[in-house]
Amino acid sequence: MNLPQQADPAAVARSRAQRVEIDLSLRGPTVHWLSSAVFWLLAGTVFALVSSHKMTNPEFVANYPWLTFGRVRPAHLNAVVYGWLSAGSIAVALWILARLCRAPLRHAWSLHVAAVLWNVGNLLGILGILSGRSTSIEWLEYPGDTTPWLIAAFALVMWNGVDMLRRRAPGHLYVSQWYLFAALFWFPMLYLTAQVLLIWKPVTAIAQGPVNWWFGHNVLGLWFTPVGLASAYYLIPKVIGRPIHSYYLSAIGFWSLAFFYAWNGMHHLIGGPYPAWLISASVAASVMMVVPVVTVGINHHRTMVGHFSALRWSPTLRFVVFGAMSYTLVSLQGSLTALRGVNRVVHFTHYTIAHSHLGMYSFATMMLFGSIYYIVPRVLEREWPSAFLIRLHFWSVAIGILSYVAALTVGGIEQGFNLQNADMPFLDIVRRTIPYLYLRTWAGILIAIGHVAFAISFIRVLRGRTRPEGEPTLLAAHPST
Amino acid sequence: MNRLAVIFIGFLITFTSAWIGLALVPTAHYGYGPGAASSESEALVDRGRHVYMQNGCIYCHSQQVSPRNFRSDQARNWGARRTIASDYRNDKIALLGTMRTGPDLANIGSRIPVAQWHYTHLYDPQITSKGSIMPPFRFLFQRRKASVPPEPGAFALGNGDEIVPSPEAQALVAYLLSLKHDLGEPPEAFESLGKR
Repeated sequence: MNLPQQADPAAVARSRAQRVEIDLSLRGPTVHWLSSAVFWLLAGTVFALVSSHKMTNPEFVANYPWLTFGRVRPAHLNAVVYGWLSAGSIAVALWILARLCRAPLRHAWSLHVAAVLWNVGNLLGILGILSGRSTSIEWLEYPGDTTPWLIAAFALVMWNGVDMLRRRAPGHLYVSQWYLFAALFWFPMLYLTAQVLLIWKPVTAIAQGPVNWWFGHNVLGLWFTPVGLASAYYLIPKVIGRPIHSYYLSAIGFWSLAFFYAWNGMHHLIGGPYPAWLISASVAASVMMVVPVVTVGINHHRTMVGHFSALRWSPTLRFVVFGAMSYTLVSLQGSLTALRGVNRVVHFTHYTIAHSHLGMYSFATMMLFGSIYYIVPRVLEREWPSAFLIRLHFWSVAIGILSYVAALTVGGIEQGFNLQNADMPFLDIVRRTIPYLYLRTWAGILIAIGHVAFAISFIRVLRGRTRPEGEPTLLAAHPST
Repeated sequence: MNRLAVIFIGFLITFTSAWIGLALVPTAHYGYGPGAASSESEALVDRGRHVYMQNGCIYCHSQQVSPRNFRSDQARNWGARRTIASDYRNDKIALLGTMRTGPDLANIGSRIPVAQWHYTHLYDPQITSKGSIMPPFRFLFQRRKASVPPEPGAFALGNGDEIVPSPEAQALVAYLLSLKHDLGEPPEAFESLGKR
């Protein structure tokens, strides 16, 4: 990563020209996928606020079946999981792959077609849920006839990703490439298995639980996590200008994640009507997740040491480091929560909702924001219009998500202990959660403000509003200036 | 690791191991489930399950009773014993659930076997359960001035009005009343699985 200082000027110029060529080849598809992602982020945020408000005010828009809590909540989940996070992850994954393979995109048209298919699939899926056609299978609520659109779109994405890997420049495969290569296969294999066994040709009722949670956990572990870690492994060295601390730790982190994460899902069924071996296998694998998590955490931390001051000026690094720290936190929390003694208290409570937002938001979404702040100026050759909007975005969502997680974690633990106390009437337990649910709505409003700031930035940079001087938009003065 | 093939085979093996262990083995073990509903009452329960699914009841209600010494479910009278796999053999889909914002419903058909209670509760949860945060499902009912004699199926709210459940509400209540997952003697050994 320190090459430019030593290499001869001609080689530096060639390398720079090649980067520009790669970025330009991806301009159209990246803008298409990211705009779609931002649209779904806003839609998902509206669904989130409506759901959250309904939990404290059940009479709110109660007379419209389309807006009943049990439909808006899964609409929120699916809009952010498939519309926002997956579409964003696809854009980021392909851009990083192209850069690392030094292979410009060849078939831009196919990614435009894929983006249209992806959006149609999501739109039909969300309308399906709101109109009462949900499958009622968590994380897979889209009606079975709307998911082929998503599968066709992803096939095109895979084709382009594999094409880049096959055309890669000779030499070393970087750790981000391992993660992205694997994720491009893991996601469709997971999704297809779940669609077939749960929706298209459903297995017997009781067998659906394991398949459901094998999917539900792995869509985070084997899709969003590898893309998020690939971004961190790529962006942290890029921004601070030094290589990743250890190749060996990278390898241990990758293979232990691949092996242990895939076995995690059954910890969602602890105490349920399932054989002990099935649950125990997942509890063991969940505890073993400490290995990849600590390995990756040490590797990232050792890379960052001495460069934390870069957090003052780099928008990308701020979001990415926030995401990387959350990854360590949420994963260790996950290992702990999988223990039977902890799970018996906190399962079935709002604690779980806090945990999933620590993973899907504090880790995956923050990582995606960081990647977008890095990628967009490069593919558009245009800088972000306003450092103020980026600052507003960061602080709103950072404070918002931390308060969200804190409120529901504390509220959830209290709820869990109350549920264990059979002498406490159920409605008393409900009543005691309400203050925490109000706090959650307030945290959600803060997060929504951040999203609006982000969307304004994004629209303005697309429309060509940029800072006149053309310098990178930093949050504070760069030490070299 | 500079060869794609090595990485490919590696991540395929790790993935497949879990795919076999957690997706294929349980599926093969339990097999494929019951076919279409065989009687009219089963068809009504099926429609009710569909109403339950389309309105997302699962996001607040579980349908599984934990072992006695693991959680307080049985002390709360949510079931006489823990649920076991064969309790779900007649279900099309096991709506086990992951949240207890509301109480567990695995045995709601035995716990509250009164259709009128369910209709009132669905129409306005505050009537039966003051302080509940469950949304009202008024859109499954018609409300009008009470007629004398009352229409079959309609019932009075006590303020001169009566409510008439839609076919969806009737199916949903039939489904709720059918939820009895603790029939039959449980092998005692099952209760100790969650032992600590």
